[in-house]
Amino acid sequence: MSVAGGLEYLEKLRDFFYGLAELRDRLKERGFTWPRPYPAEEAGTVKVKVGFPAMLRNGVIMDVTNVEQAQIAEEAGAVGVMVLDKLPYDVRKAGGVARMADLKVIEEVMSHVTIPVSAKVRIGHYYEAFLLQEIGVDLIDESEVLTPVDDQHHINKWFFTVPFVNGCRELCEALRRISEGASMIRSKGEAGTGNVSEAVKHFKALYRAINELGAAEEERLRDYARQCQVPLELVALTAKMGRLPVITFAAGGIATPADAALMMWLGADGVFVGSGIFKSQDPRQRAEAIVLATAKWDDPEAVVEAQKMVSERAAMVGIDLKTLKPEELLQTRGL
Amino acid sequence: MKVGVLALQGDVEEHLEAFRRAAAELNISAEVVRVKRADQLDGLSALAIPGGESTTIGKLAQRLGILDRLRTVVESGVPTLATCAGAVLLAKEVSDAIVGPTGQPLLAVLNAAVVRNAYGRQRDSFEANVDVEGVGTVRAVFIRAPIFAKTWPPARAIAHVDHPRAGRAIAAVRQDHVLATAFHPELTTTAFHKAVLEMAAGRL
Repeated sequence: MSVAGGLEYLEKLRDFFYGLAELRDRLKERGFTWPRPYPAEEAGTVKVKVGFPAMLRNGVIMDVTNVEQAQIAEEAGAVGVMVLDKLPYDVRKAGGVARMADLKVIEEVMSHVTIPVSAKVRIGHYYEAFLLQEIGVDLIDESEVLTPVDDQHHINKWFFTVPFVNGCRELCEALRRISEGASMIRSKGEAGTGNVSEAVKHFKALYRAINELGAAEEERLRDYARQCQVPLELVALTAKMGRLPVITFAAGGIATPADAALMMWLGADGVFVGSGIFKSQDPRQRAEAIVLATAKWDDPEAVVEAQKMVSERAAMVGIDLKTLKPEELLQTRGL
Repeated sequence: MKVGVLALQGDVEEHLEAFRRAAAELNISAEVVRVKRADQLDGLSALAIPGGESTTIGKLAQRLGILDRLRTVVESGVPTLATCAGAVLLAKEVSDAIVGPTGQPLLAVLNAAVVRNAYGRQRDSFEANVDVEGVGTVRAVFIRAPIFAKTWPPARAIAHVDHPRAGRAIAAVRQDHVLATAFHPELTTTAFHKAVLEMAAGRL
């Protein structure tokens, strides 16, 4: 369904938060200002920020760590790349504190590919986000894959010109992120495992809740808004649209064309592939195959063709979630 | 009439919805379909090529053997609306503002030279009111938008936008039955979809 119908309400939501918090003025007093090349009514508007992810629909955004991988992704037909210091699988293995990627590497990628370039910031890290906006990154992922710096709050994303994507495990989490100004939502899944099971769980939870709300009485919507701590109007809009009012991608553990097609079938608008491509033995073919399976997920012949392009022997090995200790889960960060 | 939206990648749903609303507003009975295979191009009265990533759409169209059929359909006179990435695909000459020549698969039917990402990156994306000849004033959303650097007959500019850095830039082009925009009317208005449907109905 079109997300154009939700734009008007999201504009109201933004005005509400601007008016209520007057945060921009307060940040200014604290010396936190950033140059805006254009007036706020023209650039960085809701239409521009929520409209951008709509152009990524039915596409694949691929995690990359350098220019060479970014070019492989572009050649394969990716709609975007996400620049990281380490792929999520390696983040998991390395331990320690995971931070934003090197700005120089991100800039180098930006000057070598024509497709949008995204990068991750730590949850709550305003300055990493500010720096990425400064150098011109197209989309910021406030991501649980990196080590959070604020265990209470996410970034208030209404005050940035650049759009943000946030992870969620269920509807309440998604709506909280949207009310904080996220322009796009993705499932959290369990990153770096090559195991799509958590992404499946999160998408099913999301759509089960939306479908229930669609059939619910007004009272139930009010209870739900209270439970999630989000505006009732946002809950009502979601129930009416039968989907989140922003573009919703699948992420977390997608490793094969069939994984990508499965997530599209479950209602995803597109997919993020993290370690799945460049931790495999056949990244070029796998990247192209996942693009094909995502675009043509509803055409069995095309998905068969895509799946034949890759070999299970070349796939990333993956991690059984039962072997992970609770503290090793990334998805429980930033709720 | 049957109306198609190329549905390989991009904001297909937004175009489907805009066509449905436009048809209802014009009182035209239209079946709006997704085009994912070459044979689904048969019997279309109007077509939209959506916004998205032009490299992705072009590569998929080429791999799936749709590119040549699509070119034939547009050249045969089916009224076509191409927005942003769609306009890039239709153009005869394409380059990128930073990377230079892109060498991407193109339909090459629109007499225009297009520069991709010409206004800058996403943070430079903007909205503005634009007067479009034959369509009226619309709120136009430019998202990592291209600029039509030049056009030659029979293509001609039908809308301009004044930009603080890029100056006066061409925002929309018409060539016979083809309307191409650098912005995304599907996000804000049905005016362009109505224009294409009226062309298809022989009214415009």
